[in-house]
Amino acid sequence: MLFRRPSTRFATIGLAVAALVLSGCAQSQRDEGSSDGGGTFVFAGSAEPVTFDPFFASDGETFRPARQIFEGLVGTKPGTADPAPALAKDWQVSDDGLTYTFDLQDGVTFHDGTDFNADAVCFNFDRWYNMPESAQTDDLTYYYGALFRGFATGDRADAAIYDSCTADDELTATIKLKKPFAGFIAALSLPALSMQSPTALKKYQDDSASNPRTTEYSTSHPTGTGPFEFESFERGKQVTLARYDDYWGEPAKVDKAVIVAIEDPKARADALRSGEIDGFDLVGPADVGPLEDEGFTIVNRDAFNVLYLGMNQAVKPLDDIKVRQAIAYALNKEEIISASMAPETQPAIEFIPEIVNGFTSDVPKYDYDPEKAKQLLKEAGADGATIEFNYPTGVSRPYMPQPEDTFNVIRTQLEAVGLNIKPVADQWDPDYLEKIQGTKDHGIHLLGWTGDYNDTDNFLGVFFGAKTNEWGFENDKIFGDLDKARAIPTPEEQEPLYEDINREVMEYLPGVPLGHPVPSLAFDSSVKGFQQSPVQDEPWNTISLEQ
Amino acid sequence: MLRFVLRRLALLVPVLVGLSILLFAWVRALPGDPARSLLGERATPEGIARVNESYGFDQPLVQQYITYVTALLHGDFGSSIQTGQPVMDSFGERFPATLELGFVALMIAVVVGVPLGYLAARHQGRVLDTAVVSGSLLGVVTPVFFLAILLKLVFADKLGWLPTALRQDPRVDATHVTYFYVLDGLLTREWDASWDAIIHLVLPALALATIPLAIIVRITRASVAEVMNEDFVRTAEAKGLSRSTISRRHVLRNALLPVVTTIGLQAGLLFSGAVLTETVFAFNGIGQYLFEAIGQRDYPVLQGFIIFIAIVYSLINLTVDLAYGVIDPRVRTQ
Repeated sequence: MLFRRPSTRFATIGLAVAALVLSGCAQSQRDEGSSDGGGTFVFAGSAEPVTFDPFFASDGETFRPARQIFEGLVGTKPGTADPAPALAKDWQVSDDGLTYTFDLQDGVTFHDGTDFNADAVCFNFDRWYNMPESAQTDDLTYYYGALFRGFATGDRADAAIYDSCTADDELTATIKLKKPFAGFIAALSLPALSMQSPTALKKYQDDSASNPRTTEYSTSHPTGTGPFEFESFERGKQVTLARYDDYWGEPAKVDKAVIVAIEDPKARADALRSGEIDGFDLVGPADVGPLEDEGFTIVNRDAFNVLYLGMNQAVKPLDDIKVRQAIAYALNKEEIISASMAPETQPAIEFIPEIVNGFTSDVPKYDYDPEKAKQLLKEAGADGATIEFNYPTGVSRPYMPQPEDTFNVIRTQLEAVGLNIKPVADQWDPDYLEKIQGTKDHGIHLLGWTGDYNDTDNFLGVFFGAKTNEWGFENDKIFGDLDKARAIPTPEEQEPLYEDINREVMEYLPGVPLGHPVPSLAFDSSVKGFQQSPVQDEPWNTISLEQ
Repeated sequence: MLRFVLRRLALLVPVLVGLSILLFAWVRALPGDPARSLLGERATPEGIARVNESYGFDQPLVQQYITYVTALLHGDFGSSIQTGQPVMDSFGERFPATLELGFVALMIAVVVGVPLGYLAARHQGRVLDTAVVSGSLLGVVTPVFFLAILLKLVFADKLGWLPTALRQDPRVDATHVTYFYVLDGLLTREWDASWDAIIHLVLPALALATIPLAIIVRITRASVAEVMNEDFVRTAEAKGLSRSTISRRHVLRNALLPVVTTIGLQAGLLFSGAVLTETVFAFNGIGQYLFEAIGQRDYPVLQGFIIFIAIVYSLINLTVDLAYGVIDPRVRTQ
């Protein structure tokens, strides 16, 4: 008794005070701009940017702020992956596909006041080509190395396809290549190949630094021509961008844009609910419905990816085409999609999404037919065969939101036709990738790809361009045809070849394309004007915050 | 006392040398390859070879260890393979978050746990005792992530009182000096920023505090109950000392020894608890960063962080040993 009465009294008072204080403290700080603009737009991604010099990056989270700060010579048509004028308002290609002449936009300035002109274009192209050997690794310069095949120096110098850049006049630049590259224009829409201020680069950047991603330029002075300029980066907290008032295009409506990193998809959804953020990327499939019901806006990007069930032909009985066909017939893609992907996901009939050059619906199809699957297995003498099924855990990729669920459905479907499935689960990073891509020790497996820019080789060439551990097959016809298609100078001429290759691949059936999952974003209802892009070319100058 | 402290500090040296060797071997024995993790789906054999060469991972292990230790002796903990950021810079920016969170959680656990445990012991067998014991049992068995979801549901979704993510609202103007956000707000007189950081701490700290709180309650209760039955307490009562004097001078002082040990151990365990709490509440601290580094096989970060944590843990234990000396003078003489 001695202690109970006062403690009860204190507890009651304490609770009342806490309730009063708290109820007044955490009302949403959401900053709704007036109808004529302003305010701060807060967006959450899944990780922090690695650097602010996009040339040294290949990940989406680094490209997110880069899309606001920088622009390339070429952009994309809104809502598509097709190339469109950006800092270059027009271009001409020579018949041999080796010379590109760019007419540049007039009146464009970098955020530091430097004029954007042909000299700036050549400065950027020459900088990339002359990267020191220390920076020629795939973690730093993946895109340039992969697209331009090499640099001025180093062991890939002989294969490099860049030749020169000349400033014909203030607003005309000519780029010469040593070999034709049909994807050149589309590749220039990649943020890695954005135009950066020569003045700021000369002053703050050192490409030969032991880590060029953490130089003064890359962390504090990234300077482009985009609608927002870099204001600050507080690691572990946020990136703050401010509207660039002298932007040559449509000026941004909000005063500031802030990007925060929230790794957990559930935590991102909670942060939107509590008003900490105005929008976020990579909504978990299970959160789409509830968020929509609560009045938030869900925006779906057109799928620019593919999820497939790979089949490693280095192990038996997957080297038998009949077994591969049986597996394809055993899969009910609609059921797989409804169990583990966003509702708008399209079933895949080949290894490229519909908007990519060379897509054709005239490919061999394997519609769900379990009886046919059983028959084929019997013919192959593989009835009741044991097959290893590798799948990753602890990961969610835009093309593979819930791999464990995808695995479970496929496993049930394959067992239903008489296959004996041996599950092999591995942690995604890096055990799973190591096992699938680095060793021959795997059977059927889940994997996929998100395209970087609109080029068929960026899908088919990545998968089937050469013999790999992942697929374990050698098919000179497919390898040779892809090589041939790559060397053709224009996408128009490439199209029929890629259509043929798609038919060829689906006939040979190295794997079963499952679906093109739709990545979703969520926004507060006050956010208007967001323009989605399948390749995430999403500058935020069109966004406004309304009451 | 000074000799005691110096001897304990000197003992740290062989511990750290041994740890660095074990760590180096362990981190490299992990299956997987940092280069593949870095390049992801885009990895090619040539690409992986080039990355391994640029980081020196193609060198013999002994050579790599010598390079690492030489750099370490010069105060260079290396840089993250993933971000290129020096490991010590990451400490500077992320450790305060975990420390701030851990400190508040521990404060909640101690300030609430010790009196509750004491009250329960004084009222053994009564309703209060039963309530406290059952509550603490519930606290021990409730997984942090479940509690976190529950807290978010009640205090954020239903009541709308508290934020659920980040350390501070991104729209609040805040200057950071020490990276302890609450302290920074006070130092720079940005009261809004400080207050905002406090309300962002409430839910994660409550979630993180539950398990240590429950353990402290149980240990305090058991310890106080035991001491209350000692002969010297009965003697003190027979002498006619007041109840508060007996409690303060005889019961608490003796009962707190195992409690202080528990608090020290819990302080260390808060780091591991912080991994989950930080992920669920998007509280960018060291726990979350370390968790990511393990997945990415980011060798320098793993090595640097673990050595750093080992030093901190040793220092906490040293502090606990010193606290024994204050509470129980017999320890000092041993």
